[in-house]
Amino acid sequence: MAADPESSGGPPPLRRRAAPCVLLLRHPPHFTLIDRPLPDGFRFLKPWESPLPFDDFLASDDVRSAEAILTSQGVPVTADMLRRLPAVRLVLTTSAGLNHIDLAECRRRGVAVAGAGEVYSEEVADLAIGLLIDVLRKVSAGDRYVRRGSWSGEGEFALGSKLGGKRAGVVGLGRIGLEVAKRLEAFGCTVSYNSRKKKPYVLYPFYSDVRELATNCDVLVICCGLNEQTHHMINREVLLALGKEGVIVNIGRGSIIDEKEMVQLLVQGELGGAGLDVFENEPKVPEELLALDNVVLSPHTAVFTTESLSELCNLVVGNLEAFFSDKPLLSPVLDE
Amino acid sequence: MSSQPEPGAEPGSGRPDVLVHRLPSFALPFLALLCDHFTVLDPCTDSPDEPAHAFLARRAGLTRALVCVGPIPLPADTLRLLPSLRLVVATTTGVDKIDLRECRQRGIAVTNAGTTFAEDVADYAVALLLDVLRRMSTADRYVREGSWLKNGDYPLGFKLRGKQVGIVGLGNIGSHVAKRLQPFGCDIAYNSRSKKPSFPYPYHASVHDLATNSDVLILCCTLTEETRHVIDREVMTVLEDRGVIINVGRGGLINEKELVQFLMRGELGGAGLDVFEDEPNVPKELLGLDNVVLSPHSAALTPESFEALGELTVSNLKAFFSNQPLSCLVQGE
Repeated sequence: MAADPESSGGPPPLRRRAAPCVLLLRHPPHFTLIDRPLPDGFRFLKPWESPLPFDDFLASDDVRSAEAILTSQGVPVTADMLRRLPAVRLVLTTSAGLNHIDLAECRRRGVAVAGAGEVYSEEVADLAIGLLIDVLRKVSAGDRYVRRGSWSGEGEFALGSKLGGKRAGVVGLGRIGLEVAKRLEAFGCTVSYNSRKKKPYVLYPFYSDVRELATNCDVLVICCGLNEQTHHMINREVLLALGKEGVIVNIGRGSIIDEKEMVQLLVQGELGGAGLDVFENEPKVPEELLALDNVVLSPHTAVFTTESLSELCNLVVGNLEAFFSDKPLLSPVLDE
Repeated sequence: MSSQPEPGAEPGSGRPDVLVHRLPSFALPFLALLCDHFTVLDPCTDSPDEPAHAFLARRAGLTRALVCVGPIPLPADTLRLLPSLRLVVATTTGVDKIDLRECRQRGIAVTNAGTTFAEDVADYAVALLLDVLRRMSTADRYVREGSWLKNGDYPLGFKLRGKQVGIVGLGNIGSHVAKRLQPFGCDIAYNSRSKKPSFPYPYHASVHDLATNSDVLILCCTLTEETRHVIDREVMTVLEDRGVIINVGRGGLINEKELVQFLMRGELGGAGLDVFEDEPNVPKELLGLDNVVLSPHSAALTPESFEALGELTVSNLKAFFSNQPLSCLVQGE
């Protein structure tokens, strides 16, 4: 081989550098689900293939040279991990949610963060609307009714409730929230929202207090991310404000809602219904919900369509290639 | 008799007779409202043990108006028991179970529910489509039976954006469906009895043509002689194994036997069905399929639309009895 740039000691020149090391915290299911191999040109370090316990694995020379971490939803990138991997300059996640990454530590260390960008936004919005209509019009309940033979036996099925004219509150007006709002309007709902800050170019009425939003709405759709401020933000007071006929849809993160309280209120009939794609302790779903007809349960599938997974894989590869060729990230997470 | 009662009115009541024609299991949701304005004859409650035709012969000889509570049929021989009948007010939009020819011959006006249910049906059609593509009811079942805990993630669904959606029948329901699908990013095309110049989407002269260019068909048209089994084996073949059919029209629009075969053989992607050829009977084979969503003919049913229906019914009856123009008149085919 010609003179190996690595042997000179300094960082290798860009064009002929060795494959960058990427610590893979978990094999991204998004690739496996569509039979896509991990990209060439990178050396993926896989803790589950090592006989070493994770802590020792992190301490090994090989892993300490990792320049990027690729993680998925629910697998945390902690401050401690970042401290132990000083060569890391990029944290990449396959999720839109970022609550599993210590963003403050990344910021302190100048570590770039990239996520799923807008790949999922429409998918998630579609599911939010699907869950909402399902709860209101009892679609899944009706399907159950027919399948168990009750239609020919018991006769007519209970009425649903009209979607049009409902006052809808969107909690979190990011990309997903905006897509949800657009769809709600097409069904004849009026839209208001709560967000960290009022959005300057948006015409929907803004409520700085989520309980006030709930008081003035028939339906709440949770579209925000999970962080310290939003943890259990949808509490008993908010749910009671939504009321006996009120419906809540959650496609954000389970812990945005105080799940115990919500379950109790649903069981007691103090809350009209719920459409839930996320739960506080997935895949565990509170048993009481399994028996309710005014609830629609979804096993965190909001992002899982063939099309969006394919786009996500392209995005991950694209981000890695861009970063390591000193080009701008495709889907950087920017400070607000 | 010296004081002849007004034809169709009970002596002394001043409120005209209205006959309610319904199946015993189908209560009229706005009965109280009707009773406020009219004298209601209801064989199911007034004389439940008497055969309907006997009741009609005995009590309804002078009755001029009838409310037909879907889905009960109103055939010629029932109509012939009502010699004074001049008006049938249907509570549904679909009037395929009413003998329209007999009504036309006798000069009996028929009104239907017009656009009362259109939005609710359109909402439901989109709900069924989302459900089939994203497998929502199946996934809900998966969670309820404990499979998420045991078996992990649920299989993938399909995105709505970019799907070619063909709307069969661009009446009120079809237009509302198109409006709702727009923000989802579907490509919309349609077939209808005639091209609608104000509608910006591509028109196909035949359902077959439409199906050739579609991933999804949404059936929103009325059931007539021409549209019976319009979704047949040829159409289903052309839709191919990714094709999805959503039916919120009438069961008779689809050759149900063929549909079941195609679904069982995996030659069709899925179906969302609110209506069936022989309700409430649903082909047993469908009950075992995961790519099918079944619904007990509830697309139209919300309390809000029932309220609107009650108002429309009373309004048309009042108009009739005071010789005012009727709304939602069903024109002859």
